[in-house]
Amino acid sequence: MSAAAPRTLFAKIWDAHRVARTAGGADLIAIDRVFLHERTGAAALKSLAAAGRRVRDPARVFAVMDHIVDTRPGRGDQTLMPGGQGFISETREAALAAGITLFDVTDRDQGITHVISPELGIVLPGLTLVAPDSHTCTQGALGALAWGIGSSEAEHAMATGVLRLPRPATMRVTFTGQLAPGVTAKDMALALIAAHGAGGGSGHVVEFAGEAVRALDLEARMTLCNMATEFAAMTAIVAPDEQTYAYLAGRRYAPAAFDAPFWQTLHTDEGATFDREIVIDAAAIAPMVSWGTSPEQAVAIDAALPQGPTRAHEYIGLAAGQPLLGTPIDAVFIGSCTNSRLSDLRRAAALLGGRHIAPSIRKALVVPGSSAVKRAAEAEGLDKLFTAAGFEWRESGCSLCFYAGGEGFAPGSRTISSTNRNFEGRQGPGIRTHIASPETVVASALAGAIADPRSIAR
Amino acid sequence: MTPFTTLTSLAVPLLRDNVDTDAIIPSREMKSTGRTGLAAGLFAPWRYTDVAARTPDPDFPLNRPEAQGAQILLGGANFGCGSSREHAVWALAEWGIRCVIAESFAPIFRANCLRNGLLPVALPRAAIDQLAWREVTVDLAAQTVCRGQLCHDFAIDPEPKDMLLHGLDAIDLTLKSLPAIEAWTAQDRQAHPWVYLEPRP
Repeated sequence: MSAAAPRTLFAKIWDAHRVARTAGGADLIAIDRVFLHERTGAAALKSLAAAGRRVRDPARVFAVMDHIVDTRPGRGDQTLMPGGQGFISETREAALAAGITLFDVTDRDQGITHVISPELGIVLPGLTLVAPDSHTCTQGALGALAWGIGSSEAEHAMATGVLRLPRPATMRVTFTGQLAPGVTAKDMALALIAAHGAGGGSGHVVEFAGEAVRALDLEARMTLCNMATEFAAMTAIVAPDEQTYAYLAGRRYAPAAFDAPFWQTLHTDEGATFDREIVIDAAAIAPMVSWGTSPEQAVAIDAALPQGPTRAHEYIGLAAGQPLLGTPIDAVFIGSCTNSRLSDLRRAAALLGGRHIAPSIRKALVVPGSSAVKRAAEAEGLDKLFTAAGFEWRESGCSLCFYAGGEGFAPGSRTISSTNRNFEGRQGPGIRTHIASPETVVASALAGAIADPRSIAR
Repeated sequence: MTPFTTLTSLAVPLLRDNVDTDAIIPSREMKSTGRTGLAAGLFAPWRYTDVAARTPDPDFPLNRPEAQGAQILLGGANFGCGSSREHAVWALAEWGIRCVIAESFAPIFRANCLRNGLLPVALPRAAIDQLAWREVTVDLAAQTVCRGQLCHDFAIDPEPKDMLLHGLDAIDLTLKSLPAIEAWTAQDRQAHPWVYLEPRP
């Protein structure tokens, strides 16, 4: 064994799943889990059925209602999105017909795909998992190779158990040192993308490594990996460690015992090489906030807008040289597959300190990432802290991370949001979105303007 | 899948970086679980001055009279970033686009193009700038993009090239490997039983 060439974590998982090499030089890669949601999954299931094909192994295919479900209390199939009920009912019917496992609207386990998959132990170290959702990279935090695909590829994976793939290039992003207080995994992700561009990951599989990554808990690792798609990476992965196995213990779909011989190999060997390496000093990262309409347009919170004017300056309505701190905010959102887990909500609630959000904030939502997160938060009384401060406390779902035509922010709103995308119109036509950590969202909600969470007395 | 061999068309420039799939087809324009009825929503926030009334913005490139019937779209870097929604490709194809030439592509969008007979071509920005509003010929077999005698080579892996040239269905192709897949699965199930889940009762 000692003669074997050192390999990356990615290579070990890829090679362990390679069924064959095609004549055209692609690899047939076995897919261990497929996860669908009602927004893009119904299309895949319907198309599969229309072609007279079946899901090869329904026990390893899961679906959930997360994208367009209503998040108002007491919800059912009704949704404010025009035509939304069709997505829900068609996904339900197609999932039932295909024999896959569905976490329906009112299921105890319902939640955002990338929150419930780890929560239930569906994603595991060393597995391959795909979903027709770009943020599937989130699940790489568990040491799985998990990536987003289109509906046609989801259909392919369900029908054949494999995908035809070119072997991707690899990149290691090493965060050295330790994060300063008040700085989070979200800030690490934004700092990386701001420094290297929204296209910087260019189809690579990115391994996040280094002292600052090892120090992150599993939920924070999910936040970091979540934004790999905003970096144009194929996906991201973090080597599993004792924390990972402790996290998975007792989860419903996780095995009762670790597969020690396999799982112990899940790390990049000393001497293995990557196609690209990036090193970032974690200690130098400040809380980050986006100023423009791409996640690469983000700066340290106490910085000013860069040179312009550009189309992004115009859309966001701020001028070059203007400081972000103090920019008045109309609405705030805490949620999404990036930052909606229990630890996110705990940290956000802890900053409130019994204060009330600024009266100028017209809408303030906290949307837990899963029904289980919601119950756990309520058991700790976090919901009371948020509602006392002036936030609405919702059922779980993707909610206003994007605007589907139903519930929205007031026209012209400037929001600060714990989500992953600040694209033009992402949260609604003309809505100007600043993305940041939950801490920065809370600090800004209290101030009524973009504020530094480090300046908030705890 | 419709085969892609050669294509000659006016190339319509949308030379912005990071054109995301929310811009190509906003979530609110995805009104059903089907793959059709999306062309009207293509670039809705940029194409219309009033989205609800579908009032075209005459300045938007795809709205210009000469762009009607065009099949080639030019883009900047990281084209198709953001959401994995294949609806972005379906909307482009339904409008009539068969080839996007851009500096670079987001990986999921690129893969979605290849599964729908739409050719993604990556070229340097300087080359793309020369193609704007010109008649351009794309030859997949030769892997060239030409404006008159001025030609640029482009890269594509042999497998997607072959699939596009012959309009092959990926699932049909893979199902030919079913015996190998089944043999591999049986062996893997023995080696890693924890990967496999019991069917629901």
